[in-house]
Amino acid sequence: MNIAVLSGKGGTGKTMVSVNLATVAGPSVYIDCDVEEPNGHLYLRPEDVEREAVDVLVPKSDPDKCDGCMRCVEFCRFNALAYTLDRLTVFTEMCHSCGGCKVICPKDAITEYPRTIGYVESGKSDNVKIHTGIMNIGEVAGIPIINRLLEKIPESGNVFIDCPPGSSCSVMESIKDADFCVLVSEPTVFGAHNLNMVTELVTVFGKPFGVILNKDIEGERNPSEEYCIENNLKILGRIPFDKELGLLSSEAVIAARENPKFRNLFTEIFNNIREAAL
Amino acid sequence: MKIAVPVINDSDNPEIAQQLGRAPFYMVYDTEAKTSEKIVNPAQDSPSGAGVKAAQTIVNTGSAVLLTIRCGDKAYEVLNGAGVKVMEAFVGSAMDNINAYEEGKMSELETIHSGHHGKGA
Amino acid sequence: MKQLLILSGKGGTGKTTVAGAIIRLAQVLACADCDVDAPNLHLILNHEGDGERKDYFGLPKAFIDQNACTMCGRCSEMCRFNAVDVGERTAINGFACEGCGLCEAICPENAIEMQAVAAGDLRLFKDEEKGVFSTAQLRMGNGTSGLLVTQVKNQLKNAAAHLGFAVIDGSPGIGCPVIASLSGADMVLVVTEPSMSGFSDMERILDTAKGLRADTAVCVNKADLNPKITEKIKIRCEERNVPYVGEIPYDPIAVKAVNDGLTVADVKCPAGDAVRDIFHNVMEVFDGRRRV
Repeated sequence: MNIAVLSGKGGTGKTMVSVNLATVAGPSVYIDCDVEEPNGHLYLRPEDVEREAVDVLVPKSDPDKCDGCMRCVEFCRFNALAYTLDRLTVFTEMCHSCGGCKVICPKDAITEYPRTIGYVESGKSDNVKIHTGIMNIGEVAGIPIINRLLEKIPESGNVFIDCPPGSSCSVMESIKDADFCVLVSEPTVFGAHNLNMVTELVTVFGKPFGVILNKDIEGERNPSEEYCIENNLKILGRIPFDKELGLLSSEAVIAARENPKFRNLFTEIFNNIREAAL
Repeated sequence: MKIAVPVINDSDNPEIAQQLGRAPFYMVYDTEAKTSEKIVNPAQDSPSGAGVKAAQTIVNTGSAVLLTIRCGDKAYEVLNGAGVKVMEAFVGSAMDNINAYEEGKMSELETIHSGHHGKGA
Repeated sequence: MKQLLILSGKGGTGKTTVAGAIIRLAQVLACADCDVDAPNLHLILNHEGDGERKDYFGLPKAFIDQNACTMCGRCSEMCRFNAVDVGERTAINGFACEGCGLCEAICPENAIEMQAVAAGDLRLFKDEEKGVFSTAQLRMGNGTSGLLVTQVKNQLKNAAAHLGFAVIDGSPGIGCPVIASLSGADMVLVVTEPSMSGFSDMERILDTAKGLRADTAVCVNKADLNPKITEKIKIRCEERNVPYVGEIPYDPIAVKAVNDGLTVADVKCPAGDAVRDIFHNVMEVFDGRRRV
């Protein structure tokens, strides 16, 4: 079963939840689609790591064929091209690899070559297989890396997809192959507001989902919980605000490995997820 | 020779704009004729790559010098590649800056900032 | 108008909570929320009504004139983003379309046109007592961009030109929207948290701000959750010559206050006291730059 873990915003505990679930659900696969700021590997510390580059095609111009008409510069909506002193400059990190300039050029002066925009690192930690997407700094598009990551999803077994925060196109790409979505929330009005946004996203994509109430404080009002109750959303579990859990997570330690209390907590949540997904 | 300055409006004596890539207008001053024209910056509505498009626009005006408070690394690459000198301007009117340049009181812009394009367009 | 920008790097460090408290303490009448992907400041400021709304247009998307389309499928073949489905009709997947314009250029029937699509909503609130508040919300499926952030700030500058001091709640991350929010900022307060990600994101924000010549100070929120990393952050700031303006303890009373629609400066609590101190330190660091 492919389980995507999302949150409206960073900081709600999405990665902490993903790595702990992957640990108790082992053997499992953990995929980090937050290619701009991947953090799962800090917790899982993968071994036997193999690295593969993710390339995209970018243009270059043959100065012998180019006559300076600048049709390509005019065409490029991403402003990745400039033409000065009889030379075409390509800002490859702005290029979306649409291939348009090559098609547009009346002189056939443009050819494409592959350029690395990031990497996928694959390794393992105990019985968890790990695939981490890492986008190079300054790049404009993480989608090709996410697509490469999703190719690593096995035919069967427990797969946890750690998604980027927000509700952008990267998030949509990450949940494409998910059978079930887990939304991680925090007990603040901000958390509830962001939960609302990401709920809309998974609903539009027709994904079954449930909510985990993270950092819940006993006896205190939880606006995210209120949101779930008001909208009849399935609550998969409650992770109490716990200083020890916070400390372990800030050191990127997997709590479920350290303390049976947390192992039991995440096992129960995983069982609830399995039940809800049926 | 022509001098380009990013400005905040197309009035007769506009203030210099703090941003380069998204300045609403560029003033192009002809030092011999002592006249200036203002052109609309087509890059101000670009979701991304404003610096590149702005720099291409400035290069297309035939300016030899650009007076600006800030400049991104991509804009700088285009301007420098075209032989346009990028000088460090100060907050004030465009004409004050142009006069300071002509009096030799300006130095080249040292700090070129990076324009990360981390999040998708 | 002098601008104090609040940044965090990593999401969830408490940036908006701190921004809200400072706005209250300094009785600031000009504010903007540049976290356009997930804006939250309005939940503390509680302006009435919906404000003045305006569309934000990002990159255009492709639209097909079905009458002219002959279903030749060339657009679908050429599209690198799998954004064209050819079934009963040729349809563009608006979420996948990146607005490159190649299909428009190659369609043999000229049946495709790139059209501006509203990618977000800009809002402006103006109130006699509360002042001016500019914000925006990006619609689902769009990337954030420096352009929207710039428009939020311009909206504020135009409406509040007569006001001397503004607080800007910045975007998370270190990318293009952060650069846009840094532009024109006179002072930057980085709110970080004592975790490994928080530490590394702080370094990158400081690098970015340095390149843009913005004066920066750092404070640590939830500092007692990991005193070791808090100390590491403090030492690093000293090494970098960045003023370290204070620490805020984790405070359940503060969480409750925000949930009740208040700022932590409105309630007597340890977090509120800490923000008060931080605010005084920030003003001291940037002394003389704020017009009362």
